[in-house]
Amino acid sequence: MAMLDRNARALFMGEIAGGLWLAFRYMFKRKVTINYPFEKGPISPRFRGEHALRRYPNGEERCIACKLCEAVCPAQAITIEAEPRDDGSRRTTRYDIDMTKCIYCGFCQEACPVDAVVEGPNFEFATETREELMYDKDKLLDNGDRWEVEIAANIAEDAPYR
Amino acid sequence: MEFFNAYVWPTIEIIFWILVIIVPIILGMAYLTYAERKIIGAVQLRKGPNVVGWFGLLQPIADGLKLLTKETIIPSGANRVIFVIAPMTTFVLAMIAWAVVPFGYSDVSGGPEPEKWVLADINVGILYLFAISSLGVYGIIMAGWASNSKYAFLGALRSAAQMVSYEVSIGFIMITVLLAAGSLNLTEIVLAQKNHGIAHMIGVPELTFLNWFWIPLFPMFVIFFISVLAETNRHPFDLPEAEAELVSGYNVEYSAFIFAMFFLGEYINMILMSAMTVVLFMGGWLPPLDVSWLNWIPGPIWFAGKVAFCLLIFILARAALPRYRYDQLMRLGWKIFLPTSLFAVVAVAGVLLSFGWLPK
Repeated sequence: MAMLDRNARALFMGEIAGGLWLAFRYMFKRKVTINYPFEKGPISPRFRGEHALRRYPNGEERCIACKLCEAVCPAQAITIEAEPRDDGSRRTTRYDIDMTKCIYCGFCQEACPVDAVVEGPNFEFATETREELMYDKDKLLDNGDRWEVEIAANIAEDAPYR
Repeated sequence: MEFFNAYVWPTIEIIFWILVIIVPIILGMAYLTYAERKIIGAVQLRKGPNVVGWFGLLQPIADGLKLLTKETIIPSGANRVIFVIAPMTTFVLAMIAWAVVPFGYSDVSGGPEPEKWVLADINVGILYLFAISSLGVYGIIMAGWASNSKYAFLGALRSAAQMVSYEVSIGFIMITVLLAAGSLNLTEIVLAQKNHGIAHMIGVPELTFLNWFWIPLFPMFVIFFISVLAETNRHPFDLPEAEAELVSGYNVEYSAFIFAMFFLGEYINMILMSAMTVVLFMGGWLPPLDVSWLNWIPGPIWFAGKVAFCLLIFILARAALPRYRYDQLMRLGWKIFLPTSLFAVVAVAGVLLSFGWLPK
């Protein structure tokens, strides 16, 4: 009897018809496509995108050239040179990130004692040449100024969990 | 002037009617690719092409232009002549089969002699259709051989074996339809589904869709449709293309316009096979209910609608079903469909004879 049942099912192709019917019903479901350049998906406050060097509200750059980020960087993408500034404070003279080496692990922002280097929410920084991905200090500070509002909001949102 | 009337004018007239058939088919093919991408997209909860034109409606035209403007690459090891002839063969064979497909029938009661809306009203129409669709395998095997590439060659071999095996059962299924219709003329086959059948037996002649052969020959209808999927190398029997293992089968080495011809040929073959299913089993151009406002809609529109329905199932099958393994495909063709359809020929003939239902 079981064999008859099985053969009858195969003969009438109930499962294939069911599959086709399922596919047909799915046609009318809501689409999940995001129309990318015009719509974007939500990203976490912990999202690790393009790097930025932040400043204090008075315009002083945060980085104190402790080089912890350079030391922790597993890809050795960060190069820092530092010497005392005229007013005696310790600052970087060179802060380069090779974005082609960077693996976006986020160790640099974890290591930073003053929240100077962060990975911001921006992920759309594709370039046409390789050279443009060798970020220097000016570029990173510029990123920091540009994304400060979003970065500050993200840090505040994530603060309770740290 | 006599020469003009005898030769030139008929030629112009026939070219006009050929264009009347071919242009909608090519347009239909272009939008079949669009529909396929949209429907599969929708099944997978995507949007499908929606950038070129409203709702992406100009996408097939953009694709066509892209293919036409690309460089035609002929591999250095290829046999140049056969390499170029192969896609033409596929395309031409897909096109000329349409000569015998009937699109409608005008019989105004009390009007002039009924007119068959078909380019070539030959009496062995179904045989012609069968012969042309069998020749289609040549284009593919020539392409596979001439490409001088192992993937193309394997794809062509698979394709040839598959098409030949399923043609056998398609042939037997056609015979059952012929027995029930009593004619090899495609117009006659459709007309045989009009005025007698189950609807008349149960006394509700308005339900003409019950008269069509898909009910009395239902198992044959299903087997025919599955065989047609295999014959046109569509999912779930698309082993010749099998992207995962053979890149894209017999047309790996083709590019630009000659690839476009393969593509055209393949999709027109899909439409042709759907048209064949419609003519044999779904009552051709006949409206599904015999009521006046449905009868008022012209036959070609019903025909196109039914073909579109078949194509929808083609596409849904592609979206829903996984690919068969090659030995399963061959087992299905030779061990299940062939004996079943052979038996069906005997059974249908026996039933027709013993109940006295043989067509006059």
